[in-house]
Formats: sequence, structure tokens, C-alpha cells
Amino acid sequence: LGKKEIDADTLEELEEILITSDIGVKTTVELIRSLEQRLGRNELKDGEALRAALKADILARLNAHHSVLDTDARHPFVLLVIGVNGVGKTTTIGKLASRFTGKGKRVLLAAADTFRAAAAEQLEAWGERSGVDVVRHKEGADPSAVVFDACKAAVARQVDILIVDTAGRLHTKVNLMEEMKKIHRVISREIPGAPHETLLVLDAATGQNAVSQARLFKEAAGVTGIALTKLDGTAKGGIVVAVSHEFGLPVRYIGVGEAIDDLRDFNPQEFTDALFQA
Amino acid sequence: MFDSLSEKLESVFKKLRGQGVMTEDNIKEALREVRLALLEADVNFKVVKDFVESVRVKAVGTEVVQSLTPGQQVIKIVHDELVAVMGGNEDNGLNLAAKPPVAIMMVGLQGAGKTTTCGKLGRHLKNLKRRPLLVPADVYRPAAIEQLATVGRQLGLEVFNSSADQKPVDICSAAMRFAELNGFDTVILDTAGRHQIDDFLMNELAEIKAAVLPLEILFVADAMTGQEAVNVAGGFNERLDITGVVLTKLDGDAKGGAALSVKAVTGKPVKFVGLGEKLDALEVFHADRLVSRILGM
Ligand SMILES: Nc1nc2c(ncn2[C@@H]2O[C@H](COP(=O)(O)OP(=O)(O)OP(=O)(O)O)[C@@H](O)[C@H]2O)c(=O)[nH]1
Ligand SMILES: Nc1nc2c(ncn2[C@@H]2O[C@H](COP(=O)(O)OP(=O)(O)OP(=O)(O)O)[C@@H](O)[C@H]2O)c(=O)[nH]1
Ligand SMILES: [K+]
Ligand SMILES: [Mg+2]
Ligand SMILES: [Mg+2]
Repeated sequence: LGKKEIDADTLEELEEILITSDIGVKTTVELIRSLEQRLGRNELKDGEALRAALKADILARLNAHHSVLDTDARHPFVLLVIGVNGVGKTTTIGKLASRFTGKGKRVLLAAADTFRAAAAEQLEAWGERSGVDVVRHKEGADPSAVVFDACKAAVARQVDILIVDTAGRLHTKVNLMEEMKKIHRVISREIPGAPHETLLVLDAATGQNAVSQARLFKEAAGVTGIALTKLDGTAKGGIVVAVSHEFGLPVRYIGVGEAIDDLRDFNPQEFTDALFQA
Repeated sequence: MFDSLSEKLESVFKKLRGQGVMTEDNIKEALREVRLALLEADVNFKVVKDFVESVRVKAVGTEVVQSLTPGQQVIKIVHDELVAVMGGNEDNGLNLAAKPPVAIMMVGLQGAGKTTTCGKLGRHLKNLKRRPLLVPADVYRPAAIEQLATVGRQLGLEVFNSSADQKPVDICSAAMRFAELNGFDTVILDTAGRHQIDDFLMNELAEIKAAVLPLEILFVADAMTGQEAVNVAGGFNERLDITGVVLTKLDGDAKGGAALSVKAVTGKPVKFVGLGEKLDALEVFHADRLVSRILGM
């Protein structure tokens, strides 16, 4: 894909890059079509220009919604973390707790996953690593009751940030989505204006299903940001381009490992560059 | 978002009338739709390419039979080819035929569903009148050992006593001895999630394999996985020569095309599917059900 003449192979190569990084069929078709139009108008002279134009298109989509999370404006700032099973919610919360305490914030965690085996123990282990308390009930308890107690405690103890961990749930399960709405309602009732951020966690290895996840979680809980995990493997996580664009959601954080400091702010430029690295 | 492939193909062929055989020309557009449908279902780019080519070869020159529309006929060819790729309805049972205790080892990416599936398999084997022992050999993830211990308690299954300061290979070897001495016939090893490019952790799995010689090494794959499935499954298979696949989280709306990629790249059968968080949500794999799902039938 050098400075050669553009032929059908060039476009096919770009299409392969897009599809194999999970950008998705719909977005790929849109992006390639726009390139074809510009080719038709002779705006793009060679393979290099084509590639640059494509990268610029993707970057523009990500930049359109990009914004960093500001937790300073509210006290307590309530962050609700949701997503399908096993994407990295609890781990991301562990990393966030460390990041916030590192900035001198007082943090409290709520173990509102009362379903999965040893979910609360997992969150407690993370809490210990940054010296943060966890509000928990017994396994099988009502998650809304945990959240109720956690909100009360957050206000009473005057913490800066309350982070709520929830059980993994598939977005298609009506009863579990209702349970999550209830958690959301309890938070809003106890702390007006909260949750101030509802973070949807997506796994970088996820394909097109992430679009459906974002749609249904947004409908049910008013998602306000994305955390993209497991970018330290070979997965590119391209589906966030579609998710961010289609639902107007900023990607806030990326997860790049299992250690406590393996969390980064999302950087649209670096992310776009990585999509095009072999 | 996208109409089902059947509907698309009907409308593709509406434009053609009265053709007797399928030709390069008149199936071109149909194959384009097939390609898009498979990509939409997360089947890997290269796997789709090869597959569409094999369908083209099959389809060109076939007579359109009276009872089917051309669209239905293409669907039938695609369906039958996909089922064949997925191993047809071959027997995907576990291989446990050896002197007990036999070991089953679960491997895969972080969060794929290994620990949960250990419990589900344990329950399945107990129902088959076997005596399984669950073995927590994930010393990295916080509370991973407690997680499997809890699962075991919920199922009334024995869980081997291990701790996070032990080496996983030592845990597994000790568990095999314990099983032998205490009459457990099947040992289910839960390992930590890892990326296939993590040499240190992949080596650890190879060591466990060499130490306990498991009859089954099951690669646990999340049904929501996208294009990455080929890299991951390929990596695990290359290093460990897996014996089968468990496809988890099929209870959602993911098409599960990744299973096709995994099968294509490893040649290993999908043995079970996971259909929920609950410990009874495990079923034997049926190729035709997955194919119907991918094709939206
Ligand atoms: N390599 C890598 N692993 C990660 C990352 N984030 C999370 N994980 C791992 O992914 C697995 C699942 O993480 P959890 O935090 O338990 O995920 P969860 O969404 O809370 O899972 P459920 O509560 O069961 O739905 C664990 O093994 C984590 O260590 C990441 O950024 N990189
Ligand atoms: N809906 C659904 N959830 C599942 C299924 N299998 C596992 N899960 C959930 O997926 C999440 C991760 O499962 P685990 O068993 O902890 O996955 P793991 O592979 O052991 O994770 P690590 O040890 O962190 O690598 C949990 O929330 C499980 O309840 C399934 O078939 N369907
Ligand atoms: K990556
Ligand atoms: Mg969790
Ligand atoms: Mg596990």
C-alpha cells in the first residue's frame, strides 16, 4: 500500500484492515463508500493518500464525542459500572479506585454484584490494594439494598467518589436489565443527579455484538461513557468506533493489562494509529 | 439492522427469471450477500473468503430444483456447507476413556467463562455418575480460588484445596495425586485467563499439560468474540493442541460466527455451549442450531 497507483486491491486491503479490527460491516461499508466517492472526484492520488484519508475519517468520528471524565464537580461523584459478563468491570473499578486515591480522592466501592460466586471478595481484594472500603452484603442479597447502603455511607462519610460494581448481565435479559434500572433509580433517589457517570465496559475482543450491547444498555441505564478493556492482547477493539459514533458516547478509558496501573485515558489518535498497525 | 439472509437472497433472485442453472453471473450478487451476512455474524474475514469460494464452486452449474426458489437453493447450499464445516452432527462427547483419574483442563482468554464452565461440567459429569474434583489453579485473579470454591459448594462438589502462593503446575500435580488416593475419577482444572501472546503464561499451561497429561484441553470461547477468534484459538491450539471448544454466553443475541473461525483455524470440535450464568446452563453442541442462528433462520 505504498505510493503506487490505486486499484481495486488497494481498497480491498483497506477493507480487510477495517473488518479484521472489528470496526464492523456497517461502518466499513460507510467508510469505503466515502473513499470511493473521493476517488471518483480525483481527490486522492495514491495509496498513501487513501490510507491517510481513511485514518482521518475514523479519527474524526472518535474525536466528535471525545471528552475526559471530570469527577470534581459533584460530591459525592457517583460512577455506575455496567456491562455484559466477564468484560472487566470489577478489574476496571479496582484500577479506577487506585487512580482516584492516587489523586488524593476519598473513594468508596459498592459490591452490587451479589450474584456471581465470590464477586464481592474479588472487589474487596481490589479495594485493599488501594486502601478503599467496600460496602457489601451477603451473596444473593438484593443489589439495590447494597446500593442504598452505599449511597448513605458515601454521603455520611463525605467521600469524593462512589463506584458501584454490578453483576455482568447480557443486555437481552429483561429481568436483569430491570434489576439494573432499579439500581439506577435507587442511586438517583438517594443522591439527586446521580449517577454522574454510567460507564459501559466493553471487551476489545468483542465483535459486532458490542453495538447491540451499547444500544440496550443505553436505553436502560443512560450510558454516558465507555471503558474498553483488554487492549493488551491482539484485539484492536475497532467496534468502539461504531459504538462511539452511533450512540454519541465518549470512550473514557482503556484497559491494557490485569495490574492495578494498567488503565489509561483513551487517546483517539493513538487508538486510530494502532488500528492500522499490522 | 440487516434483514435476514433469506430475505436478501429472495430479493436478489427476484430480478432473475426462469433460469435453469446457477451461473457465475446470476449468483454473484447472492454470494455478496452471503459474504456480508457471515461478516455481520463475526466470522473471520479470511474464513469467509474461503467459504464463499467453496460455495461458489458448489453452486455454479447446479440445476435449480422445481420445489425451491433460487434463493432457497443458495441458502440450502450455504447451510449444508456451514454444517459440514462445523463438523456436521458428529459425536462431540468428552473423551474420558482412560485409567482414572482423567484430567480435563480449561483454557482461554480472560473472562471467557472457564471457572463457571468448570462448575457446569462438574455437574454434568456428576449426573453421568462420575466423581469429579474441581481444581482451582488460577493464582492470579483476585478471589479466583474462592470463586471456584463457591461454585463447588453450590453444586455439592469437592474442590481441591489450593492457595494463591502455590505454583499452578504444583497445584495440578498435587490434585491428581489427591484424586487418585481419594477415588475421584475426573479432575477438572481451572486455569487463569491469559492472552495467547503471553509467553510466560502460555508456558505455564504447557507445563501443566506435560505434568498431568489431560485427556481433554477445552478452549473456552466467548460467543461475542469478533475477528480476533482466529488469532486467539490459533495461538492456544498451536501451543497446547487443544481437544475441543466450549462456546459460552450463547444466551444473548450474538450470532456466534466466531465458532466457525475457531473451527476453521483449529479443526477441533465445539463440544458444549454455555447458555447462562447458572450452573445448569450447559448443553451439548449442535452444528445445525448454530448455523441456523448465524443465517438468521
Ligand atoms: N489482559 C487484560 N485482562 C483484563 C483487563 N481487564 C480485565 N481483565 C481480566 O478479565 C477478567 C474478567 O475481569 P472482571 O473484572 O472480573 O470482569 P467483570 O466484568 O467484573 O466480570 P463479571 O462480574 O463476571 O461480569 C479477569 O481475569 C481480569 O483480570 C485488561 O485490560 N487486560
Ligand atoms: N450469560 C452467560 N454468562 C456466562 C456464561 N458462562 C460464564 N458466564 C459469566 O461470564 C463471567 C465470567 O465467567 P468466569 O467463569 O469467571 O470466566 P473465566 O474465564 O473463569 O474468567 P477469568 O478467570 O477471569 O479468566 C461471569 O459473570 C459468568 O457468570 C454463559 O454461558 N452465559
Ligand atoms: K491490542
Ligand atoms: Mg465483576
Ligand atoms: Mg476464572
